[in-house]
Amino acid sequence: MAGIVGYGAFIPRNRIKSEEIARQWGKDPTAIRRGLLLEEKSVPGIDEDTITISVEAGRYALERAGIDPRLVGALYIGSESHPYAVKPSGTVVAEALGLGTDLHVADFEFACKAGTEAMFVALNVVESGRAKFAMGIGADTSQGAPNDALEFSASAGGAAYVFGKDHLLVDVVETYSYTTDTPDFWRREGEFYPRHGGRFTGEPAYFKHVTSATRAILEKTGLKPGDFRYAVFHMPNGKFPLAAGKELGFRKEQLETGWIVNTMGNTYSGSSPTGLAAVLDVAAPDDLILITSFGSGAGSDSFVLRATALLPERRGRAPTVRSMLDGRRHYLTYGEYAKYREKIIVND
Amino acid sequence: MREVAIVGAGMTPFGELWESSLRDLFVDAALAALRDAGADRLDGIYVGNMSGGQFVGQEHVGPLMADHLGMRGVPSTRVESACASGGAALRAAFFEVASGASDLVLASGVEKMNDGADVTAVLASAADQEGEVYHGVTFPGLYALIARAHMATHGTTLEDLAAVSVKNHAHGALNPKAQFRQKVTVEQVMGSSMVADPLRLLHCSPVSDGAAAVLLCPLSRAREFTERPVKIRASGMATSAMALADRKDPAWLDAVNLAATRAYEMARLGPQDIHVAEVHDCFAIAELCVLEALCFTERGRAGEATRAGVTSLGGRIPINTSGGLKSKGHPVGATGIAQAIEIVEQLRGEAGERQVKGAAVGLTQNMGGSGASSVVHILERV
Repeated sequence: MAGIVGYGAFIPRNRIKSEEIARQWGKDPTAIRRGLLLEEKSVPGIDEDTITISVEAGRYALERAGIDPRLVGALYIGSESHPYAVKPSGTVVAEALGLGTDLHVADFEFACKAGTEAMFVALNVVESGRAKFAMGIGADTSQGAPNDALEFSASAGGAAYVFGKDHLLVDVVETYSYTTDTPDFWRREGEFYPRHGGRFTGEPAYFKHVTSATRAILEKTGLKPGDFRYAVFHMPNGKFPLAAGKELGFRKEQLETGWIVNTMGNTYSGSSPTGLAAVLDVAAPDDLILITSFGSGAGSDSFVLRATALLPERRGRAPTVRSMLDGRRHYLTYGEYAKYREKIIVND
Repeated sequence: MREVAIVGAGMTPFGELWESSLRDLFVDAALAALRDAGADRLDGIYVGNMSGGQFVGQEHVGPLMADHLGMRGVPSTRVESACASGGAALRAAFFEVASGASDLVLASGVEKMNDGADVTAVLASAADQEGEVYHGVTFPGLYALIARAHMATHGTTLEDLAAVSVKNHAHGALNPKAQFRQKVTVEQVMGSSMVADPLRLLHCSPVSDGAAAVLLCPLSRAREFTERPVKIRASGMATSAMALADRKDPAWLDAVNLAATRAYEMARLGPQDIHVAEVHDCFAIAELCVLEALCFTERGRAGEATRAGVTSLGGRIPINTSGGLKSKGHPVGATGIAQAIEIVEQLRGEAGERQVKGAAVGLTQNMGGSGASSVVHILERV
């Protein structure tokens, strides 16, 4: 099977603390921190969007892959905040990354699982022999309506993965996708903020799909939770991935490396791919890694991965996820945040 | 009037039942009640339902439910009295059988609240639109005003309110049908999110889906269906001013008191004769006000009695052994029937860990809005 030959992540430098958002709306910050397990979240700068985040993450992925960008024959970007409704993000990113014109490009949307969807298709394009290398990206500048619970989580960031057949950093052992028609969260054409079914987004949506996909891939591979060194589940908030992991039989130590939501927030399509990048930043050769995404609407993609001996050699070529989460940060007031996120309507 | 008995009971679990629609819930509960009695025909159906129209866009639920129960042709009427719809349905079924017009009548209640509707706004349509809702008040807001009035008049404390939630969760933890089967502490209640000062999240009943049904027949025929019939000794109903501001004392639920007085008179019993009761604790303060209006405690003393354990399992008069609306859940139209089912189980001696020893007479009190309508039933083991 093909595998990952390069990976990279990018998280903008701006942050806003849960306290700052809670204060704005007269909410109790301790209840947010305790209930959702969210301390702060990333915020895109005024000139950052899904395209710029994809370019940053894509550059890092190419650096780790050490390949000629023109050999990448396919680029797929999953996001629910593509800057244009009509006109692809992928063409801009491909041009910026120097992927050349001998290239298949598509923008994907499947709520929060569009990123793993892009990875899945890129993997299959390489496996089928249609392209030598293919890149799949999940990136978002997530939207959350003011004073909605989502405002505490919706953040910005993403990760890029280059798939190939040789010099693998990570083997893809198996994949599995689980899909149903479950309308838990949506944004209609022309609407600025997504809507959601409140508690319906939990048990019948997130948990059903994440646990079903994970159980199926475990059965398909004959593996047990205890066989994995790391597991990453989509992170809509701090609580859900830990609860899903526990329900499936994973221990806290397996989850905590990829559980970056408490200071990053939910980067929607970028969420589980960036969690995986944080795991690859530290994984040792032969470590087994599980990742299960979740996209509302609804579906989950699961991947079973195994780190190779090449991974520790290559990862130093680009910044780690933790360095971006814990490094230089710029804290915003709610007013600045509202301006950056274009929540304030101004005349042209 | 003929004497009337409950000879069958059935209910769904209460909770967020995403896989069940309004009709699924009704059919599950109604079939369970029919099976419990071994009955295969009905002369009439009453369906308590507060707002199928607003919650799921479904009105005309009477024929819909008869149809899907396999009872096309049977008279079937939806009964509405806001959160007292279930109690009002039971009362209608009781009088239909008592009058001699019908022998086998199903009294049921159903509500599907978790289907995307703005629940707070739908519920608020049971308050006075022109006098109250127009100004922005919601039910948590109205009951918060009642709580403040009770605190100011009688010195009721936040700890008294918390004690109601702690007790009902302790009871609900023993009920397999309850939505929330865990105990809570006074500290958890008092530290939960503020909803409408002084009411916090754990003072408020949840948003629930569920259905409940009981089968009524003349007492003279009850043994055809069950070894342990439960007689309906009395049904009392009353109304009060719709708007809270139009009542003389906002901390006194006069419709509850009047409904209880009528029921006690009909049964020729008094509050001291009741062994167990299910009351309408939509908010913790409601249970305290109701205990006083039912004359289970002196006026203004319900908080103290609750803290002293008088209303807990093992106390002088256990209240809400099912967990009440707070812990068992509150699918509004179904609540009045579910209350009757808990008392039926208690009087049949089938309440398991929640059993009140020697319970022979029980009471249910169901309430609509901020207390503008109330229905009280007294049931007795025979």
